[in-house]
Amino acid sequence: MTVHLKQDAPDERNVLDFTGQSVIGEPLSRPEGLLKVTGTATYAAEYEVDGCCEGVLVTLPVVRGEVTAIDEASVLSMPGVIAVLSDERMTGRPAQGMAGEAPFQPAKDVCYWGQPVALVVAETFEQARDAAKHVAMDWRSEQAPLDPAAVETEESESTRQGDLAHAMAEAAHSVDVVFTTEGHASAAMEPHAALAQWEDGKLTVHASLQMLKFNRAELADSIGLEEEQVRLLSPYVGGGFGSKLGVSQEVVAASLAAMHLGRPVRVVMSRQQVFQTVERRSETHQRIRLAADAEGRLTGFGHEARVSNLPGESFAEPVLQSSHFLYAGENRLLRLEVARIHRMTAGSVRAPGEAVGVQTVEQAMDMLAEKVGIDPVELRLRNIPDKHPANGKPFSSRKLAEALREGATAFGWEPRPRTPRHTREGEWWIGTGMASAARVHSVVEAKARVTLRPGGTALVETDMTDIGTGSYAILGQVAGEMLGLVPDDIEVRLGDTDLPPGSGSGGSVGAASCGSAVFLACQGLRKELAERLGIAPESLTLKDGFARWSGGQKALTELLNQEPIECTGHFEPGASTEDMAVSSFGAFFAEVAVNRWTGETRVRRMTGAFGFGRVLNARTARSQCLGGLTWCIGNALTESLLFDPVDGHLVNCDLAEYHVPVNRDVPDLEVLLLEERDAAASPIQAKGVGELGLCGGAAAIANAIHDACGARVFAYPMTPDRVLAAMPET
Amino acid sequence: MRPFDYQRAERLTHAAQLTADADTLALAGGTNLIDLMKLQVETPQTLVDIGRLSLGEIADEGAGKARGLRIGALATNTATAAHPRVRADYPVLARGILAGATQQLRNKATTGGNLCQRTRCYYFTNIDQPCNKREPGSGCGAIKGIARIHAVLGTSPHCIATYPGDMAVAMAALDATVEIASENSSRSVPVRGFHRLPGDTPERDNVLEPGEIITAVTLPAPVGGIHLYRKVRERSSYAFALCSVAAVIALEDNRFTRADLAFGGLAHKPWHDPRIADLLIGNEPSLALFDKAADLLLEDAQGYGENDFKIPLARRTLAAVLCEATGVEP
Ligand SMILES: Cc1cc2nc3c(=O)[nH]c(=O)nc-3n(C[C@H](O)[C@H](O)[C@H](O)COP(=O)(O)OP(=O)(O)OC[C@H]3O[C@@H](n4cnc5c(N)ncnc54)[C@H](O)[C@@H]3O)c2cc1C
Ligand code: SF4
Repeated sequence: MTVHLKQDAPDERNVLDFTGQSVIGEPLSRPEGLLKVTGTATYAAEYEVDGCCEGVLVTLPVVRGEVTAIDEASVLSMPGVIAVLSDERMTGRPAQGMAGEAPFQPAKDVCYWGQPVALVVAETFEQARDAAKHVAMDWRSEQAPLDPAAVETEESESTRQGDLAHAMAEAAHSVDVVFTTEGHASAAMEPHAALAQWEDGKLTVHASLQMLKFNRAELADSIGLEEEQVRLLSPYVGGGFGSKLGVSQEVVAASLAAMHLGRPVRVVMSRQQVFQTVERRSETHQRIRLAADAEGRLTGFGHEARVSNLPGESFAEPVLQSSHFLYAGENRLLRLEVARIHRMTAGSVRAPGEAVGVQTVEQAMDMLAEKVGIDPVELRLRNIPDKHPANGKPFSSRKLAEALREGATAFGWEPRPRTPRHTREGEWWIGTGMASAARVHSVVEAKARVTLRPGGTALVETDMTDIGTGSYAILGQVAGEMLGLVPDDIEVRLGDTDLPPGSGSGGSVGAASCGSAVFLACQGLRKELAERLGIAPESLTLKDGFARWSGGQKALTELLNQEPIECTGHFEPGASTEDMAVSSFGAFFAEVAVNRWTGETRVRRMTGAFGFGRVLNARTARSQCLGGLTWCIGNALTESLLFDPVDGHLVNCDLAEYHVPVNRDVPDLEVLLLEERDAAASPIQAKGVGELGLCGGAAAIANAIHDACGARVFAYPMTPDRVLAAMPET
Repeated sequence: MRPFDYQRAERLTHAAQLTADADTLALAGGTNLIDLMKLQVETPQTLVDIGRLSLGEIADEGAGKARGLRIGALATNTATAAHPRVRADYPVLARGILAGATQQLRNKATTGGNLCQRTRCYYFTNIDQPCNKREPGSGCGAIKGIARIHAVLGTSPHCIATYPGDMAVAMAALDATVEIASENSSRSVPVRGFHRLPGDTPERDNVLEPGEIITAVTLPAPVGGIHLYRKVRERSSYAFALCSVAAVIALEDNRFTRADLAFGGLAHKPWHDPRIADLLIGNEPSLALFDKAADLLLEDAQGYGENDFKIPLARRTLAAVLCEATGVEP
């Protein structure tokens, strides 16, 4: 049986609020947690397969060019080498998230430094790695634009309303500033890896991927197979952060090699290759203009940004995404431009858009609050728009004001205009800062199958992935709540394209989309059970393995009568999210210490208050927010991709030199999960949480730096040299 | 990684004999060497594992007032930093070591390996880039490239790399001595003279000759005073120094009687400038005096764009350390 819902209207009276199991939202531990912490969860590269050979990608150290010849003989005589593969179907770039088709350009056509062009396969990994460094190749190389500031740009998006320039001229208070942010790497712990097997015309690939149904289509399209011939398995993924949204080069290469050799082939990227070849977040250049009246009410809002990507890529870091609706202001100008340069593919990395777009607005807002002479929280509260300022749509649900107020209370925020350098502890200036959080919500089509097994347990199946986020936990909880089962009685199987296609993990769509598919499947099962009892589904309460209704109760096992029942839930987004402005909101508060001598900045504590619809699991949701706050610290203080100005190669390509925050950088983090139901967002009234925690928080840190020592730094990350350069003397 | 032979040295002379071959390298903790081999930056034919040699001891050297401390070449960084005498008598060394790397790395890292660790220059570690240190004559990728972590003191047109470590900076402040053995002889070299400036032979990091093995580092008798190790970095752990200062300071009647200073992150070696102690000793601490010390230190400093900030940063870090040691209020 199938239950299909295209959600065209908000669902105000939600079944989940009337069920009796009380597991939804509970802070349950993730069921697979023990496997992960004991090292017994098997990741893509870790499967033992008989006869498996090892492939290593050969990369070309030029930024633009073409491979004209590959001398296979140059390494075939090396010990253990089996083959050098330079199949023209090998891909030079990763697929963009949800592309569902082969990535854009062939491997031979080199567009960025370190692009994979061939694969060496050998009996052992060490042999393949050595041979990969020795493959003799001929190539042509040419100059290519490397500096985003030095090339003509293309317009990607532009919205004009009223007359911003005029509003700026007339404003009682205005801010006009330019910010820069550097490129970011996803920096997932598990490197990209694939283990491919080709048997009887079927390709099976263990890979580390986020969105399997799209990935299957991308892989099939790349190598010229029917989708039905391809099975992808990613039950555990050691972090993705966007870099595993689309299939990348190792998956295609391993698959082609396995088909060519008739042997299983494993390809694991080195850490350097991961940094150099998978998607980066574009650096950005952003001008923010704010015009306000004497009380700080916005009359004009301008956000113009330049990002970059390779020629031919449609993705442009969506910097303006939340700028469209976060704050009021009748005169608006939003423009996004793309510079075509030859760095590796720019794509989705941890909260694309807002992760770098909100923090600049929020720093500008802090400057405005300073000019108006009011508390920065108050400035935000004065500027929450009634409806979407551009298209007039109502907000489905918005917890921005609550987040600002409750976050401020929890943090102990002093509501006052900021005047820097009020507190010093020895060498350290202490300051506090805040920022709003916003992230657009989206959902995608998803299917999930739920089976009630004769023994009274349930099985939940979808190709959804768990990239460390808690999918196993929350999907089990949705089913448990709906079917009246304790979590131990629910088995969740994920990460296999043989299972019904879910949404995948990315853009924070997973919980709401797949959770809704599971919810729908369970509604089907509830209906079936109600029918068996001859009652209306609304009259049915399922709890602890029993069906209860006004007239009595019956064990689920009895109702099932030795036969399983199965239902597939099929969720599709519809008009409900189109007719309204649907987003998650929140607020950040940070306390920092800035060293008066060295400009080193250490975050001392942070509070984040977030509203993202129904909380499905308070523990995993909180963990997501903690991760977001941690990335805020990296974004604000340390993370930056450095590209060589001469040949364009990525310079810092390992975790020793690309600085993500380490334990000692991450202080006490406090997370407030606000009670919210968003009836338009999804059938389970949940919105995305994963990325929200990083959308704007870097500005809370930047604003705290200013409050601490008076330095306004306009370039992220705010490394000691930048803070020092902006620090007023005395 | 190129295939290589692995041998385990049973005796010191054996290890020295084997490493006399230019294609043979000694393996201690492996935390630096193995990484570089994976990147094919180091491509030894043979690795000689010296891990079984009995060079791990930390023991008193001399007696009475002259009682120094001898730290074996294979003593781990963790063991050294935790040693009661290091903590009591040479806290600058304990602090310097603990400011470096991570607990896991320090558990493996050894005295000898730490002294010999190679630069973190991004171009050195990428074999598709020119680098005179890795491949003499190929050019220096960093000079026109991203030189954020590079040197501002003692550079040459051939190489602007830094010695990246912390332990040796503290040892330079303490005026420790490196003990070196070869097959038939031994010698000792002050830590301050162990590392070289790049000049036109940047491929040589230090004065070790083929066939020489570090056996120990000897610390002179303790001098008391105030010990500080200050390391400036972007994140609070697991990052190399943008700039660091090791200081052993003593004052009498508000005048410097000792000012042993060494600097990390600024040069191809732990930087020690004897003129700074000469300037400070006998004088009353003051911001103006600290500024003069920085003038001396940075007299010949040269930035390469990206790392220009290190020059003012070094000045401020020196002032910070001297203020902390002397109680001068900025
Ligand atoms: C991610 C990362 C971060 C780090 N951060 C820091 C930091 O912040 N500060 C810091 O100081 N260090 C840092 N380190 C470096 C670390 O301290 C060194 O890797 C370590 O000290 C090297 O010691 P080892 O015994 O492992 O040397 P090995 O890797 O075994 O050897 C290194 C070199 O020394 C030679 N060698 C070893 N022993 C002898 C000997 N007795 N005689 C002659 N030659 C010898 C070897 O031949 C080799 O060339 C970091 C390292 C990593 C990987
Ligand atoms: S600075 Fe030295 S180590 Fe770095 S590239 Fe230049 S020569 Fe090589």
